[in-house]
Amino acid sequence: MADKNGFFDLSKMTLSRRTALKGMAAGAGLALAPGFVRYSQAQSSAPIRIGFQSHRTGIGAAYGRWYEKTSAAAVKAINDAGGIGGRKVELVIEDDGTDPARGAEVVNKFAKQHKTDIVFGTLFSHVVIGSAPAAGENKIPYFVVSEGHHVASTKLNRYVFQPGITDVKSQIQSMAPWIAANAGKKVTQIFPDFAFGYDHRDYLPPALKAQGADVIAQIAIPPTESSFTKYFPQIPAETEVIYHVMVGPAVLTFVKELGEFYGSQRPQLFGFIDSLEAVDINSPGLEFLDGSHFWEGSPRYAQPDDSAAQKAYRAAVGIDDNGAAVGDPKDVSTAAHMFGCWETLYVVKKAMEDAGYKGPEDRAKLVEATEALKEFAEGPEHPQGPKTFNGKIHQCFGIQNISKVEGGKLKVVHKTKLEDGLYEPEGDYTTQAL
Amino acid sequence: MHFGPHLLLAALEGLVTSAVLALTALGLSLVFGVMRVVNVAHGEFFMLGAVLAWAVSTAISGHPAVGFVAALVIAPLLVGLVALVAERLVLRRLNYNPEGTIVATIGMLYIIQQLALTFYGPEARPVEPPFSYRILLPWFGYSGYKLSVVAASAILLVITWLVLTRTRIGLIMRATQYDRETAQAFGIPVERVYAGVFAVGAMLAAIAAVLIVPISQAHYLMGQDPLLLSFIVVIIGGLGSLRGTVVAAILIGLSDGIISMFFSPTLAKIIATLVVAMVLVFRPQGLFGTTPR
Repeated sequence: MADKNGFFDLSKMTLSRRTALKGMAAGAGLALAPGFVRYSQAQSSAPIRIGFQSHRTGIGAAYGRWYEKTSAAAVKAINDAGGIGGRKVELVIEDDGTDPARGAEVVNKFAKQHKTDIVFGTLFSHVVIGSAPAAGENKIPYFVVSEGHHVASTKLNRYVFQPGITDVKSQIQSMAPWIAANAGKKVTQIFPDFAFGYDHRDYLPPALKAQGADVIAQIAIPPTESSFTKYFPQIPAETEVIYHVMVGPAVLTFVKELGEFYGSQRPQLFGFIDSLEAVDINSPGLEFLDGSHFWEGSPRYAQPDDSAAQKAYRAAVGIDDNGAAVGDPKDVSTAAHMFGCWETLYVVKKAMEDAGYKGPEDRAKLVEATEALKEFAEGPEHPQGPKTFNGKIHQCFGIQNISKVEGGKLKVVHKTKLEDGLYEPEGDYTTQAL
Repeated sequence: MHFGPHLLLAALEGLVTSAVLALTALGLSLVFGVMRVVNVAHGEFFMLGAVLAWAVSTAISGHPAVGFVAALVIAPLLVGLVALVAERLVLRRLNYNPEGTIVATIGMLYIIQQLALTFYGPEARPVEPPFSYRILLPWFGYSGYKLSVVAASAILLVITWLVLTRTRIGLIMRATQYDRETAQAFGIPVERVYAGVFAVGAMLAAIAAVLIVPISQAHYLMGQDPLLLSFIVVIIGGLGSLRGTVVAAILIGLSDGIISMFFSPTLAKIIATLVVAMVLVFRPQGLFGTTPR
């Protein structure tokens, strides 16, 4: 390459005193950067450090932002009430780019460089699956808020937990009776072409079969797709219900194009709110959704029968009655999922206090204490509802909400029972070595 | 759905892709043809157009069409300005060195993308279409706005062609493309032509983005696919050839629409990449390109 301006000519570089000083200053700055800090005082007074693997960028960015807000609110509430075992809690946030490879790097960074006590907060299932081995190798407890079935499948390892949000298999099982009875018997599924979507692909057909309904077509769409009309001709004409669950930045386009394609002559729609999470349900082009149904983990809109705990939780996180940020009605939250961050942090608090957790040397004790948990009562720490926890498969079980779009709002029309979502464990993490 | 309507839908979708792709790729092709600069940041100018369209249309209240028309004028102008500044501050200082500008535009790609993430945020935000008319066909409904995008793009392509072939500015640009040094000897201010071409190239991408943003939302990562597809189109059509670019865009857009509807979107991408490889092997100058002297 012609180097006319001499950018790469090292001989021209002379080391002046100023440059040398600059270099030394930069070196000193690096030494002070996270990871090089050493606590000299006793561990009892140092804060508990929770590594937050956040989707700040990439296709999960909208979720990442609200997961951070919710977690910050939970940490503030925990600290205001005296922290965990008398120690303050501190979040250390790293961006994983919603990418599995980056996810594993971030877990390693938390374990080796930041030396956090645990890792927490991941949503996207491919990132969880990609990061779990790193958590196992580093023997660092990894608390995810992911919704996928991968934790409960016992295919990951003993250090991975999902105590704050139910898994897809349980959600589908508890809602299938309602879908078959109220929406229709011939179902076409549209789902994202990766791990989370495969849970829906694999568990919906048997759950519906048990209720006398059938999945007649399954359409997988890449999560980075930006245009959807081309997939809709695959929907069979005899379809009675379209079951949709989409993720990523183009979810609004997906729902809008579905509306353009069908107009008012549409089949029944049953969707996971993932298809519209962080999107205003009153966006132009979504009018056709009126009367359709959605799954919600926790309701986006304030409901008339909200508990005091639910109201307090919404106020602490800073969302209004429409599920948008207080003061910015256009900034719609990911309310159906983010409650899981709040609840998971309270589970971590309970388990750490049970284990008498002192520091990273007690991580194995923390794993055992978490596995010993049985149930979480509804209340300020678990505002979404009561839950049970199966220590063998590291997964919690709870209630689901089915909401109807009515007058531009989501109104909860059915709440499943906790028992509806229980299933036989597929394995047992507690037999694995620590 | 029967074969006929299925094919019609596939063709319609393909045409919309082609229309947007033709405008975006034309910008890339123009910049390469005249300046011999491979602009890797081209997709980010596309993204910037969409993001600014969102900003303009939300700032203006009233009928959505008012905001959209304002965005269609203001967003490309702002993007052109950004490109002009980038050309002055970066490309000119590298003397348009082919290798140096590739590295520099990769840097620009990341800078623009991260600035968008910082100031605009990670969300995908919608822009309301100027009108929402749903064309009702016997088998399915189709967005009237999408068809208007095809028409708008065709008109813009014809205008670009007229400017390039029938005006003095077009003559100067073609002269610079043909032989930079001779053009300079004849008193053509080559550096100003370069600056103008770089800005116009970015503006074409921005216009394409404003047209597409009511269909798919503005998002800070949306520049990646158009960049890749534009490169495919430009390589197949021949760098610097307007006719080649348009033909290749229609070819790629339609085949993408039809193959992804009857088979799978992944197969469509595989075939497009295969075609690029074949063109590079058997006709390196592209279908309509001329061999460089």
